[in-house]
Amino acid sequence: MRPRADDRAPAGLLAAARGGERRAAARLLTIVEHGGPAAEEVAEATHPLSGGAHVVGITGAPGSGKSTLVGVLATRLTEAGGRPAVVAVDPSSPLTGGAILGDRVRMEAATAAGAFIRSVATRGHGGGLALSVPGSVRVLDACGFDPIVVETVGVGQVEVDVAAAADTTVVVVTPGWGDAVQANKAGLLEVADLFVVNKDDRPGADDARRDLELMLDLSEVSGSAGDDRPAVLSTTATAGDGVDRVLAAVEDHHRRLAAGRGLVERRARRYDAEVRARLGHLLEDAVGHLLTGEPAGGRSSETPVAAARRLAGRLLAGGEHG
Amino acid sequence: MAGTPIRVVLAKLGLDGHDRGLKVVARILRDAGMEVVYLGLRQTTDTIVDAVEQEDADVVGISMHNAGHLTLAPLIVCALAEAGLDDVPVVIGGIVPEEDRGELAAAGVAAVLGPGASAAEVVASVRAVLGADAPTS
Ligand SMILES: Nc1nc2c(ncn2[C@@H]2O[C@H](COP(=O)(O)OP(=O)(O)OP(=O)(O)O)[C@@H](O)[C@H]2O)c(=O)[nH]1
Ligand SMILES: [Mg+2]
Repeated sequence: MRPRADDRAPAGLLAAARGGERRAAARLLTIVEHGGPAAEEVAEATHPLSGGAHVVGITGAPGSGKSTLVGVLATRLTEAGGRPAVVAVDPSSPLTGGAILGDRVRMEAATAAGAFIRSVATRGHGGGLALSVPGSVRVLDACGFDPIVVETVGVGQVEVDVAAAADTTVVVVTPGWGDAVQANKAGLLEVADLFVVNKDDRPGADDARRDLELMLDLSEVSGSAGDDRPAVLSTTATAGDGVDRVLAAVEDHHRRLAAGRGLVERRARRYDAEVRARLGHLLEDAVGHLLTGEPAGGRSSETPVAAARRLAGRLLAGGEHG
Repeated sequence: MAGTPIRVVLAKLGLDGHDRGLKVVARILRDAGMEVVYLGLRQTTDTIVDAVEQEDADVVGISMHNAGHLTLAPLIVCALAEAGLDDVPVVIGGIVPEEDRGELAAAGVAAVLGPGASAAEVVASVRAVLGADAPTS
């Protein structure tokens, strides 16, 4: 990172951020997004201070109205005296590494009301989130923000990874978005704790709702839904209609999780998913490192499969890479 | 470990106009490997300051087309300073007569880009106000 006028160390930043200084929180998020030793220091410091906040994931197709909905949610929460934070993820260009982060445009009222919003680029990570998102959530949690709403990238398929990063997952669909069959294919039914049919002002909203309920019926028959059948709610996010019911349903889901084993289980899942993502990332680095020592085109007597096995052996024996 | 991209908050201050030009600039900066937090039209000094703070922006680019630059540009510079964000350079885009440039510089505006600026000029200007022709890391 470039040197800045504000070059406080992570511990100082965290103390300031916990005292309500937003700039310090923002600096911590930059450190976490950047990665490296300073980010690990922040993770060490925030890990014991986090776990209090309710983490809500919002996913859905591009343009379905995720940001608009999140904006209204954050506005209502702030007006009710809460301290919500939003992490809004948009894709980085694979070619240049640059990104246009446009979610904030739809969250103007939330900013004005005083919500904390952070735009995040995926920086090469798949699955609709950035690798740093769990770390960012931990920072915001440690700074006393609650709930923390994470908006995924909207891409063609559904970003089911968010379910492993959140306590409550909201899936936004729209009329004519395809149909529930598509939802089923995409694995949405498994990850959704709540469906929101947004753009209720558009024709076809009733059909979308009905199709979803039908798919849920079917999956109930096959035994995958049961007691936890997700509700299907309707909103017109641009007018704020129906959003209070979404808020109530999200809070109700959190209460139900907390009343049973649900929250503990979700937290364990969040933990494991982050370990897995981090491990994958470390291994990828290690693989890159290993391969730099190999001759281009390999050795004539060795098949690619055998070469991979030999290198894997070295990797697992350890000591190769620091 | 890859470098952290330059983060730019991009906004149009004031009530007028469209955001075509602003969108073009956003794409230019993205294509130069920067992360652009796009705020769009009709922003106020408050929404811009909030965004710069929360997004930990390295630089803020503000477009204005209603010839209000002599009043609006110093306003945003002051608002940032009041929020303790005076180390974030302000780049102004719009039609600014040559004779006004000195006054804007004196008011703390780091750079001015006219409507005819090329993509390369836009990118160079952002890097220059950050003192960063070197790649970030
Ligand atoms: N008619 C109608 N339009 C809506 C509604 N909600 C959102 N929109 C519009 O849909 C467009 C996309 O909204 P966003 O909130 O940006 O959608 P998104 O899912 O965040 O989009 P990405 O982040 O790009 O995937 C905008 O033009 C919104 O104004 C709604 O309830 N009804
Ligand atoms: Mg969005």
